[in-house]
Amino acid sequence: MENDKKIKVVITKVGLDGHDRGAKIVVSLLKEAGMEVVYLGMFNQVEDIVQAVVDEDADVLGLSYLSGEQLIFTPKIVEEMKKNELDDVLLIVGGTIPVEDIPLLEEMGVERVFRAGSLSSEFVEYIEKNIKK
Amino acid sequence: MMENNIDEMVRKLLDGDRRMLARTITLVENGRKGHRNVMRQVYPHTGKAMIVGITGAGGAGKSTLTDILIAKFRKMGKTVGVVLVDPSSPFTGGAMLGDRIRMKKHAQDKGVYIRSIASRGTMGGLSRATYDIIRIIEAFGVDIIIVETLGTGQDEIDIVHFAHTCLVVFTPGMGDDIQAMKAGILEIADLIIMNKADLEGAETFIRHLKGAVTAADIPEGAWVPKVLPSICVSDKPANIKGQDEIIEAIYEHFAFLHKSKSLDAIKFQRLELELGLILNSELQNLIFKGLKGTGLKKKYINAILGGENDPYSVVREILDTYVLHRKDA
Repeated sequence: MENDKKIKVVITKVGLDGHDRGAKIVVSLLKEAGMEVVYLGMFNQVEDIVQAVVDEDADVLGLSYLSGEQLIFTPKIVEEMKKNELDDVLLIVGGTIPVEDIPLLEEMGVERVFRAGSLSSEFVEYIEKNIKK
Repeated sequence: MMENNIDEMVRKLLDGDRRMLARTITLVENGRKGHRNVMRQVYPHTGKAMIVGITGAGGAGKSTLTDILIAKFRKMGKTVGVVLVDPSSPFTGGAMLGDRIRMKKHAQDKGVYIRSIASRGTMGGLSRATYDIIRIIEAFGVDIIIVETLGTGQDEIDIVHFAHTCLVVFTPGMGDDIQAMKAGILEIADLIIMNKADLEGAETFIRHLKGAVTAADIPEGAWVPKVLPSICVSDKPANIKGQDEIIEAIYEHFAFLHKSKSLDAIKFQRLELELGLILNSELQNLIFKGLKGTGLKKKYINAILGGENDPYSVVREILDTYVLHRKDA
């Protein structure tokens, strides 16, 4: 039986944003880095995403945005995570995020924002160093 | 995790705490400290669920079929646990677990627990921990467990040995009668599902499959695999069909197992297999643990590398030294 803990990540789009190429590439890159990645796809509701994080006992939740809904949906995710006592899950956001939104997202409870153009080595290393479980 | 935390964990799990279910699975899946204790405590509470295995090639429609079956079982008032197994990359150990995406409509249903796991380097589509995970979900308390896995009949760790009823999913265009006749399909399938049955070639393939079943040398009194068409995706909901018949056949097969007393035989075989698997891993752990710090493992491997020894003699020597000797003592 394996004794090494694999990092488990849930990657998802939220709301009506229908562009998931970036999210899929991130899924592939995390997989290549040896992580086990559950991809939830597009058009997901906040409650469904957080339930999946609970059921999968994920270490990391990654939200991907392109169409600018990050300031609307992220606080709802954070609130639902709090309701489910998921304070040991690392919440990260990625995608086409305006620079001025980064401090706002961090204030909401996002631990790190990776904008388009981030290197895979950056977010892989960040996740490996910062998981809380 | 401390041992008394394990007691608490299992108590909550048996009480139906879903979060604790998720955590317990992670602990056991990763073989972390306390996992043997967990399994010892969980074991007496297992054996009550009906286990359905769904297997077949990638893209055959296993997840979509599973999604519909979950809905049907829920309508019958049954609670459902689902284990979705996807392959781990043999190079990086990572995995993309992409089956859950087909089961979104059950996301908020408290009567459905879905867990995605990676095969972690095992051949037969199921990781060794999968057996334990199924047991944990049983102890949590569901009526039915669906295990969906890629690939079939490749080695001893396979769903066919664990499920009560095993569904093998095909689609048209996956081959001719020769494929249907090959070993491995009829041996493992209780139900052969011809999915995407609205596509061209389905009828011919169904005939081939049925022909292969008829030609197979099935002992008298044994279950004869059923070939069932299924359409899971269509623009018109009315065209989605075949799943009621699949559920019916699952129950028919389950009743057959009860009536023919095969259930007891299956349970015996399953335990024999499980015992062997647990012994394998525990024994290996024990021996490697014993060799740790002695430098012997390195010495043995280098001797094999240098051509002075071979793996079989080394294992013999280790067993003679550590296992048989202990027995004599």
